[in-house]
Amino acid sequence: MTVAGWITIIFFLVALTALALALGRYMAAVYTSGHTWLDPVMRGPERLLYKVMRVDPTRGQDWKAYARSVIIFSLGGWLLLYFILRTQTLWSFTGLNPAGFHSGTWAVSFNTVSSFVTNTNWQYYGGETTMSYFSQMAGLTVQNFVSAAVGMVVAVAVIRGIVGRSGKSLGNFYSDLVRTVLWILLPGSILIALLLVSQGVLANLSGYLTAHGITGLTQHIGMGPVASQEAIKELGTNGGGFYNVNSAHPFENPDGFTNLLEMLSVLVIPAGLVFTYGRMAQSRRQGYAIYATMMVMFLGAVIVAYIAEAHGSPAQHAAGLHTGVINGSTGGNLEGKEQRFGIAGSALFDVITTVTSCGAVNSAIESFTGIGGAVAFANLSASEVIFGGVGTGLYSILLYVLLAVFIGGLMVGRTPEYLGKKIEAREIKLVVLGLLITPLAALFATALATASRAGRASISTVATGPQQFSETFYAYLSQANNNGSALAGYTGYIQPNAGNLGAHGVVFADVTGGLVMLFARFAPILFALAVAGSLAGKRVSPRGLGTMRTDNPTFVILLIGIIILVGALTFFPALLLGPLVQGLTGHLY
Amino acid sequence: MKRDLISTATGLLALTLLLGILFPLAITGVSQIAFPGNANGQQIVRGGQLVGSKIIGQSFQQPVVRNGKVQLDKNGNPVTVPDTRYFQTRPSGTVPADNAAGSSFANYGPNSVVTEQALAANVKSYLALERPYDPRLTVAVLPVDAIDTSASGIDPDISPANATIQAHRIAAVRHLSLARVHTLINAATHGRGLDFSGESGVNVLELNLALDRLSGGR
Repeated sequence: MTVAGWITIIFFLVALTALALALGRYMAAVYTSGHTWLDPVMRGPERLLYKVMRVDPTRGQDWKAYARSVIIFSLGGWLLLYFILRTQTLWSFTGLNPAGFHSGTWAVSFNTVSSFVTNTNWQYYGGETTMSYFSQMAGLTVQNFVSAAVGMVVAVAVIRGIVGRSGKSLGNFYSDLVRTVLWILLPGSILIALLLVSQGVLANLSGYLTAHGITGLTQHIGMGPVASQEAIKELGTNGGGFYNVNSAHPFENPDGFTNLLEMLSVLVIPAGLVFTYGRMAQSRRQGYAIYATMMVMFLGAVIVAYIAEAHGSPAQHAAGLHTGVINGSTGGNLEGKEQRFGIAGSALFDVITTVTSCGAVNSAIESFTGIGGAVAFANLSASEVIFGGVGTGLYSILLYVLLAVFIGGLMVGRTPEYLGKKIEAREIKLVVLGLLITPLAALFATALATASRAGRASISTVATGPQQFSETFYAYLSQANNNGSALAGYTGYIQPNAGNLGAHGVVFADVTGGLVMLFARFAPILFALAVAGSLAGKRVSPRGLGTMRTDNPTFVILLIGIIILVGALTFFPALLLGPLVQGLTGHLY
Repeated sequence: MKRDLISTATGLLALTLLLGILFPLAITGVSQIAFPGNANGQQIVRGGQLVGSKIIGQSFQQPVVRNGKVQLDKNGNPVTVPDTRYFQTRPSGTVPADNAAGSSFANYGPNSVVTEQALAANVKSYLALERPYDPRLTVAVLPVDAIDTSASGIDPDISPANATIQAHRIAAVRHLSLARVHTLINAATHGRGLDFSGESGVNVLELNLALDRLSGGR
């Protein structure tokens, strides 16, 4: 560990909180039709989009209508993206397929499309060896924007249900979507993209380069419109890299400064939305309490991961390597990590993208130490409520808040209330269903994949012992949580050469993963919206002496306890079999 | 329902145009004007020929030639050995090594025998290359970046510690003073981002090009 490493972590926390406070306030204005400084620029495009889409923004939708719009819009996006990916060669006339790639197989396309529509960005394909620039731009980048926007508007609808005092309407889906894109995601992405290019990220449409090295070897170098996709990949917690190795690639993430910038971009919206919530609930302390909950768990994860990675791995020690920090070496477990990020910059990035549903990586999670890897597993096991994906994190933790209020109510023997609204049997049933679907999908798929020959076909040839189970478990845990990071040895696509010709998908892994992502994305959305719909019409009772407070440290502790309890009870047996076995012994398998 | 279908269809087309076409093209266009070097990958041209990208690691090994023919491995890629005249980059997990059109992780697990064997092999070849020029070198003093595989497979940097060890070989092979080599290393070394984020590193391509310039092109 180094002083600079700890300074990086502290600087990050301070900068994030400052940015999130400002953005939270701005987003609250966007979602409550307040005034923002972007109004003069965006009002025009907004009206134009409403006109084209025949949307009346003043027409409110109840939860069922809102949910129907979410599903239909996502289904439409699914079909469009599938069409674009399956007809990759058809679009070569645009000149945006310089490497002349064909389409992948149906199975890998099914997985990829489901992955991008659900904001997961799980990638069985390799970016620079299978995707044309056209597919990356018109296909994947578009879903990066709109899948993120869908998550955010669902969160906003849930907030409106919880805090609303005017009947059944949760807002208008299409209006929320358009405003999210125009006021938040697009301007943010423009800013980040240009900042990234100024530091060395690519933005071109050239063909791949052929370089003649000074020792007589040739090197082919992938090019592309990277910056635009990179920006929304982080900001929308999507995580699907332009290149196969994602943010470890120097063209996606050239130095220590861009690494910091990308980490901030990932967390700023999920963290900001928490403050947006406090403002919309007209009680900023409610937002602070949730922020504190998330921050405590986040910080714990960062510290454990950094210490574990700085210690080094059993394989390194067995090979005789010294893993301390000596004369200008990073020390620690640098296997699968880049020199320019070092240990702290890799461990912090890993925690950030696994607590959110981003899933971008700047190092190989498979090569993390047992304990460092277990942190990633634990973050996923908490069902993406530690900040979580844009929007998804907030509505998921609000379900946990309701559960905590209910359990707290049982303990003190009073009817549970949240923000003055009574939490009754119907809401709690919906909450529990909403919270259990993701773990259920993850564990069921893992069991199926572990127990079947078709599932084991995906395990990498270099994985041995518990690593084989870890790979499988992580794959379905990540897809169920719509995260998208991977122990990347687990494969769903066998590709002998660049360009998809002669390649074939591992159908079991592709289809199971795709279905898990779709199910674990849309079922919880329906339950969350149902809870919001159920709360929307309720009367608000005045706060009394016996009302349990939900904005003080006691409640924060209760909430953390319940999140850990649910996660631990669900996942502990499986975690023991994989990463913990590796982390707690120095044994080699 | 019908209203949803219309809004979805028109919305997706309009947003694809805005976010999938206009946005990337605008970013690319502005970048080409404002940051042409960065936007095109910081290409390095020497003697009219593209040598590589400044921020992409490349292999400084040389092909093995036997009976006038370049030897190929089972994948059809040239068999290579380190070129002793140049600083060497980190171990790479791509096929072939340092493949910048097909980046990939090595995915070596932390508790794996396979990993231990791969690291031991890396230690062996690193010592075989450097020890003749610095007899005090043992496995215990090797910096981890010299042995551990990089994430991208195309890491452009090595640690200053790694460069310091290789400097002995470079000085001997090129008949330079060690101090001279260190001056070049320092010139190719970048610091941390904002002085604290990440790690300092030595850009190997820049360093090797500087060495060549010193000895008049080759």
